[in-house]
Amino acid sequence: MSEARRPTRTVRVDALARVEGEGRLWVRMRRGRVEEVRLDIYEPPRFFEALLRGRDFREAVDITARICGICPWAYQMSAAQAMEDACGIRVPRGVRDLRRLVYCGEWIESHALHVYLLHAPDFLGYDSAVHMARDHPEAVRRGLELRKVGNLVMSLVAGRSVHPVNARVGGFYRVPTREELQSLVDPLRRARDLAEQTVRWVAAFPFPGLEREVEFVALRHAEEYPILEGRIASSGGLDVSVREYEEHFQEIQVPHSTALHSLLHGRPYVVGPTARFNLNFDRLTPSVQDLAREVGVVPPCRNPFQSIVVRSLEILYACEEALRLVEAYEPPAEPAVDVQPREGVGCAATEAPRGVLYHRYRLDASGTIREAKIVPPTAQNQRSVEEDLRAFVQENLHLDHRQLTWRCEQVVRNYDPCISCATHFLRLEVVRE
Amino acid sequence: MRVLVAGVGNPDRWDDGVGVVVVRCAAPRLPAEVLVLERTEPADLVELLAGIQAAFLVDGVVSGAPPGTVHRFDVSGSPLPPSVRTCSTHGLGVADAVELARVLGWLPPRTVVYGVEVASVQAGQGLTPPVRRAAEEVGRRLCEEVQGLLGVRWCTSGTWQKGS
Repeated sequence: MSEARRPTRTVRVDALARVEGEGRLWVRMRRGRVEEVRLDIYEPPRFFEALLRGRDFREAVDITARICGICPWAYQMSAAQAMEDACGIRVPRGVRDLRRLVYCGEWIESHALHVYLLHAPDFLGYDSAVHMARDHPEAVRRGLELRKVGNLVMSLVAGRSVHPVNARVGGFYRVPTREELQSLVDPLRRARDLAEQTVRWVAAFPFPGLEREVEFVALRHAEEYPILEGRIASSGGLDVSVREYEEHFQEIQVPHSTALHSLLHGRPYVVGPTARFNLNFDRLTPSVQDLAREVGVVPPCRNPFQSIVVRSLEILYACEEALRLVEAYEPPAEPAVDVQPREGVGCAATEAPRGVLYHRYRLDASGTIREAKIVPPTAQNQRSVEEDLRAFVQENLHLDHRQLTWRCEQVVRNYDPCISCATHFLRLEVVRE
Repeated sequence: MRVLVAGVGNPDRWDDGVGVVVVRCAAPRLPAEVLVLERTEPADLVELLAGIQAAFLVDGVVSGAPPGTVHRFDVSGSPLPPSVRTCSTHGLGVADAVELARVLGWLPPRTVVYGVEVASVQAGQGLTPPVRRAAEEVGRRLCEEVQGLLGVRWCTSGTWQKGS
């Protein structure tokens, strides 16, 4: 009997590879219809929000950095800016530019890891980056070199690339001299060329068909491609300030996951590179826009498999933006502004490599954290990943078990899920009943 | 000879941090010319191995052996056995990093992985007692091996001497 006609069918992946963290994917089909899709997240929740309560407002920047080894700067920046919001502080331009520069480094490092070592093997039919490297050593070397430049940017400005030590509420402990930053120019120019090659390389991959009507959510800034700040915008017309976030987005618990699901007006939505790209194409540099048009990936990009092209375009943007920031750099008069605590609530959203990262803190008059809320991007995408799986499996029931299971894993990896951050994630199980 | 000693793992996940603890404790007893990296991301490790003649990597592992069991694998000529999983919640583990370096022609001629069987990788700091004892053993063996390789020994006067 063909796979498609068997009365019941299960696809399971018990340990999803090439994702950050631990989770399991489970899809059950009955008589050719997908009945249930579950992304089980069984890594224990980490209670960071509870751990922050009772701590001084200055500590959140270093505590939340520990949530993720891949995107610590995103956590640090959402935390620092939320505290500054609570205390009524705006940091000077020079400090903000340096923060954006480190963030560019984090995008380069995180995206290059995902594009080359985790995601590209899917499209070229390899089980892993190691297998891919045997036939495509130059590509893998390119990816590693890009990563290295991202790490270099982070280490130079933020102290180190994993759990940086130079961020604080109000700015930095130490800011680099102009000469120090100049040392980044040549590596970033080289990275810019590598990024362009990356875009052309991934754009030629074969992309499975999958298009759903989804709502994209990203920050939108008056002038810039969004990284550190902006209003919260959606492809469905949402345009609200970060302070209004919780009026529109709800987190709900589901029994099968230790990560909360996040919904916009009760509906799933998508954050991340594709959402940013679709909502902010006009804020990319002309050269990135031109290359996107040349390779035929322009908004609205609705095929989640093409996220690898968008991620690569963002690497290119991050290299160009980092170069701009380095060349324009004037050290701020002081590395940080003095921040005095006050009673109140502060919130911030930044664009982590995987999408919008929202933090809210309530402080008492002494600056002690009384309440903390952190909404990571992977938690927000979780429901959409399930919806993608449902749509993809339904259209591809003819595939044999091995093929279908492998494709399902790819559907998950399209989102570069960071399960560690979300648990608040991955193993795969497809059941055909 | 360029020698690298690198710990891998997350000290905020109990025994997953054993590699970091071993390298941190061994560092003062290693000759100054040894490149010591307390905490290394496997993806970063690949490039770090290029140009190195001898690499010693320390990580927590899961193979089903009792917690605290010390494994020593010479991976210079062959991969880590499939029965041993380095306990990575990262997208890339030590075994991947070693194999990637091998394929790219960057694997040092001598590459050794010390693996300590872990008991717990839950959130939190510290090592479980069997893993702590194993960490001390690995630290000692690692130092002896590096010293033997470089032909130096640590004197009680606090200096290094060439020859044994």
